[in-house]
Amino acid sequence: MTVEPILSTTALEKRFGGVRAVAGVDFSLQPGELRCLIGPNGAGKSTFFKMISGQLKPTSGEIRIAGHDMLNAEAYQIARSGIGIKNQVPDVMNGLSVRENLWLAAASRHRGAAIGRSVDRITERLALTAILDRLVGELAHGQRQWVEIGMVIVCEPRIVLLDEPAAGMSDEETVLTAELIREINKDMTIVVVEHDMQFIRRIARTVTVFHQGRILIEDSFDKIAADPTVREVYLGRSGGT
Amino acid sequence: MIPEFSATAARPPKAWWWGVIALIALAMVMLPYYVDIALQLDLSIIFVFALLALSMGFLWGYAGILSFGQTIFFGLGGYAYAVLALNTGMTGLPFLGALLIPVAFSALLGYFMIYGRISDIYLSVTTLVVTLIFEKSIRSTSGPEYVIGSVRLNGQNGIPGVPGLTLPWLDGAPLSIEGVFYLTAGAMLLVYVALRLLLTTRFGRVIVGIRENERRMELLGYDTRLYKLGAFVLAGGIAALSGVLYALWGNFVAPEMFNLNQAAQVVIWVIVGGRSTLIGPIFGTGIVQYTSNWLGTVGVGQVTLVLGIVLMVFVLVFPRGLLPTIGDAFGYVRRRVAGRGAAR
Repeated sequence: MTVEPILSTTALEKRFGGVRAVAGVDFSLQPGELRCLIGPNGAGKSTFFKMISGQLKPTSGEIRIAGHDMLNAEAYQIARSGIGIKNQVPDVMNGLSVRENLWLAAASRHRGAAIGRSVDRITERLALTAILDRLVGELAHGQRQWVEIGMVIVCEPRIVLLDEPAAGMSDEETVLTAELIREINKDMTIVVVEHDMQFIRRIARTVTVFHQGRILIEDSFDKIAADPTVREVYLGRSGGT
Repeated sequence: MIPEFSATAARPPKAWWWGVIALIALAMVMLPYYVDIALQLDLSIIFVFALLALSMGFLWGYAGILSFGQTIFFGLGGYAYAVLALNTGMTGLPFLGALLIPVAFSALLGYFMIYGRISDIYLSVTTLVVTLIFEKSIRSTSGPEYVIGSVRLNGQNGIPGVPGLTLPWLDGAPLSIEGVFYLTAGAMLLVYVALRLLLTTRFGRVIVGIRENERRMELLGYDTRLYKLGAFVLAGGIAALSGVLYALWGNFVAPEMFNLNQAAQVVIWVIVGGRSTLIGPIFGTGIVQYTSNWLGTVGVGQVTLVLGIVLMVFVLVFPRGLLPTIGDAFGYVRRRVAGRGAAR
């Protein structure tokens, strides 16, 4: 049984001068999935994310979100169609408080009293109460990541793109982040870019491996981890032995 | 920190703030009974310029758009009022028309700049260039062929004899000096209160969010260009109001309204007062204007030089401006006092 994919790309390509950062990606995501993207640095994962979220215009190819052509849509239109993204580097309003950041995120989705209610809910869920009135720019890296994840999910997107959600987090925070991702996956489709294989093992069902701007292989975590080609291009490099 | 002093405080003003506003309004009403006409005129022009400073301070401090050319709309407002009032013999409708014309122009200019996604620095340069183009163009209209309706533009001599506002309940007599004082003071106070309240609304909070991180706001689903254009047009409208009031105050408009000197002065008022507040630009205007008048009367000469030094001192020593610095100091003292109280 195949359902219509909630997100798909066909022959998606992005060139920077002579470099093909993303070189023809056919990608398809079913509703409710929790997909991990892995691949060495420069494999094109972040560029791929930025094209899907409208931050970069593709050179060629096709992007469809729930069947709608989104290739030439503006970033805000893509966001309104239900895509939320946490970028690789914490991308928040540093000069505003945690509360104000969450409020602005919630206000993009809700009106009136519903804004305050959803801010309260997310605050409780992510245990941000203690830091609610601190400026985001004063927080530790890991906390800022959490605020940003909170801002993404408070918008209740259909698809959440998380670019390295565990980067710079302590071990404890990483475990909590993995739990959070599994929990929000009950309501939302999620794509995660990560390098931390322990983290991926914790959350992943299907893993897509990027290499040199293309999809190398797509399979379950265990098969991917055992695949000799993947070990060569990616795991071998970071794993050692 | 006092909410009033924070660019981020989106909370509704407290009761004490309304109290202060009411006291100031009362003082404005009483003032003409106690001070002479010369002081009323001096204060009126400060209020007019304070509106211009508010327009720029709001746009720069809250929306993060540094427009060097709010004088475009200031000058357009003044000229539009002069031309419309002299042509029609009316004053009320021209007053409204003179607000609409610059607002329409700010929408057009803002649309091309903001939807064209030019960078912040180019926006500053573009606005400055546009105001200088207006200045040069108006300066070159001294010939008799430059007529709008029956009004000659007069090039660098400007348009004299701009009629004062006549109000129906004043039997058609133009507004007195006292009337102009009330009009300018009222306009400034109203715009200040309206902007302060605007910051607590969704629109106000969103533009502050855009100032902080435009890309993130877009990724949250906000059409940031629309909000920025809204802020730009609003600021254009305030500058236009300032320009119309300027024409009413002096019964005169001239190309100097658009020139570099005027444009730079707005920036100085805002920097001295502090751009992260609304009250800052008002005080900045008052202090700078009062100082330059005073320097003029005591015969120091070199007013521009002294103002230049003042500006440099501010940029180097109080980069946030006067009022935010005072606000910080006040907050620091309050925390120390509170801390000592808690220690006991």
